[in-house]
Amino acid sequence: MYNYSEFDAAFVAERNRQFRQQVERRISGALTEDEFKPLRLMNGLYLQLHAYMLRVAIPYGTLDSAKMRQLAYIAERWDKGYGHFTTRQNIQYNWPKLRDVPDMLEALAQVEMHAIQTSGNTIRNVTADHFAGAAADEIADPRPVAELIRQWSTDHPEFQFLPRKFKIAVTGSPNDRAVIKAHDIGLQIVDRDGQQGYRVIVGGGLGRTPMIGKILAEFITQDDLLPYLDSVVSVWNQIGRRDNKYKSRIKITVHEHGIDDIRQRVEARFALVRPSFGGIDVALFDQIKAAFAPPAFRSASTDDYQTAYSADPVFRAWCDTNLADHRAPGYAIVQISLKAHGATPGDATADQMRVLADLAEFYGHDELRISHEQNVILPHVHKSDLPAVHGILKKHGLATANIGLISDIIACPGMDYCALATARSIPIAQQIATRFDELKLEHEIGDLKIKISGCINACGHHHVGHIGILGLDRAGVENYQVTLGGDHTQDAALGQRTGPGFSADEIIPAIERIVYTYLENRHEASEPFLQTFRRIGMAPFKAALYDKVNAYAAQ
Amino acid sequence: MPQAFTPKVVTANALLEGDVVYQTSDDRWTRHLSQAEVITDEANANLRLLMAEGQPDEVVGVYLADVTPGPDGPEPTHFREEFRRTGPSNYAHGKQAEPADV
Repeated sequence: MYNYSEFDAAFVAERNRQFRQQVERRISGALTEDEFKPLRLMNGLYLQLHAYMLRVAIPYGTLDSAKMRQLAYIAERWDKGYGHFTTRQNIQYNWPKLRDVPDMLEALAQVEMHAIQTSGNTIRNVTADHFAGAAADEIADPRPVAELIRQWSTDHPEFQFLPRKFKIAVTGSPNDRAVIKAHDIGLQIVDRDGQQGYRVIVGGGLGRTPMIGKILAEFITQDDLLPYLDSVVSVWNQIGRRDNKYKSRIKITVHEHGIDDIRQRVEARFALVRPSFGGIDVALFDQIKAAFAPPAFRSASTDDYQTAYSADPVFRAWCDTNLADHRAPGYAIVQISLKAHGATPGDATADQMRVLADLAEFYGHDELRISHEQNVILPHVHKSDLPAVHGILKKHGLATANIGLISDIIACPGMDYCALATARSIPIAQQIATRFDELKLEHEIGDLKIKISGCINACGHHHVGHIGILGLDRAGVENYQVTLGGDHTQDAALGQRTGPGFSADEIIPAIERIVYTYLENRHEASEPFLQTFRRIGMAPFKAALYDKVNAYAAQ
Repeated sequence: MPQAFTPKVVTANALLEGDVVYQTSDDRWTRHLSQAEVITDEANANLRLLMAEGQPDEVVGVYLADVTPGPDGPEPTHFREEFRRTGPSNYAHGKQAEPADV
């Protein structure tokens, strides 16, 4: 875990001091709302539908127990006792009062956290694979480079007034769990002849014009990485459109200019800026890397785990669904679902956060991760501890065995909270999860990712859901469009629209018809939804969605 | 042809708490839509809006929202305004959790 240097701590303290004064000046009337709004956004403070919302960055999704406990404390002291983990590895508090926000930021600073650049037209929180440092398939831990990028991009003088927001994600594995092809820049650590470097993908993004990122460079060395990233953002900062905010993201710049033109411009810029990076960044990277050294994994018997696995079917089901392969022998990656059937995806109470902190401290080398799928990860748990961990999770409503299944739904806050939303997402997610739990079908269905957004901005990643749901306002009524065949992995693909949308009452039965069509058409139980969709195409799903309805209507 | 003017209320969020508020006929801000002033005249609506915008020390994001007059005061015509006056649907938080007479 990276710890703040004196410089980091002083920088955050100074920003908090400035923001406290800005809040005081706003309350006294010395600042108008027009003057105050960009200042509060720079510090992660939004005004939503019912209240202010504070978005706190969790850099590359990594927390330790002290940070998690402080998030719990903040939730109880200044909010309503819970927090909402987001698809960009942030946590959002939905009910802060304006006067309290400076105190909340100070409490965050005590555990080396902040809300800087979680909004506004800047480089946002750098996200990473939530199995970072633990995954069996990992070439290298992506967090050191994510931290390097965080330091480079925070308060970067050239990049504080970009054409629009800019999001970077990093993976250290060939199996992409960080959705790098749907980011402004996606970085993949690759190995070439024993040397590690980076594949650079640019111009991905979801929102109203979804695009899959394109490869800008196949291999950038560690020494060249920051000047190369600097060049990409700099080129976009110059030629990115500022006349129309819907065309200002780099995906549109890449689309309009073409990837070859962008590559040439980046290379020209790189030739100019490279000499100004005199190697300090490389020395810093080495220091950062040391801070992310793996914990001292222990060797111990896994007999207790094997016994519990054989004897306890509930434990076995949870292991089969919620564990992932760890790089160290005898260890497992534990995925803790924040998607109990009927619960709000991504929400954790303060009590649950404390339980997670305790588990990390006692069983998990004091490490936690937040996934973009809105779950919590204990990256390093020895298998002999799994029965105890599972027992504690069960007591606190955290042992739902549904990772990767139909009820493990990504959902944005939607119109229950968000001022931009055009429809609600949370109740749709709750109803789908509850319905398929009643049907006792989700383990039979297997790998199926539903992603729901409450507006076209696509915070719920609906374009890359196997089933995507987009909530819209159609003539004053909530309406839900469905897409099928999206993929968020290294084989990233955008889903295709099925046809006309469904009302809030119709959407759950519609999802059921899609699922039954899959079950009827799959070759065998091991053929997942996405594979079946790719094999049989849209037609059978369309028929199930629309023909039967027409037939019923005609009766 | 210009559209006929439909009844409106002036609404905003309170500066300090962020709560949804509505303008009353005696120039106060209330947390309850039922107590809001229903404006039926376009010229008056613009005047009332201007007056609300002149109170940046109390409210943020002032706008006119459509309502239908009812026996218990104005009712929202759009679901967004229904959520604003009630609170989120996943928890009993926000206005639905507050005493009705405050």
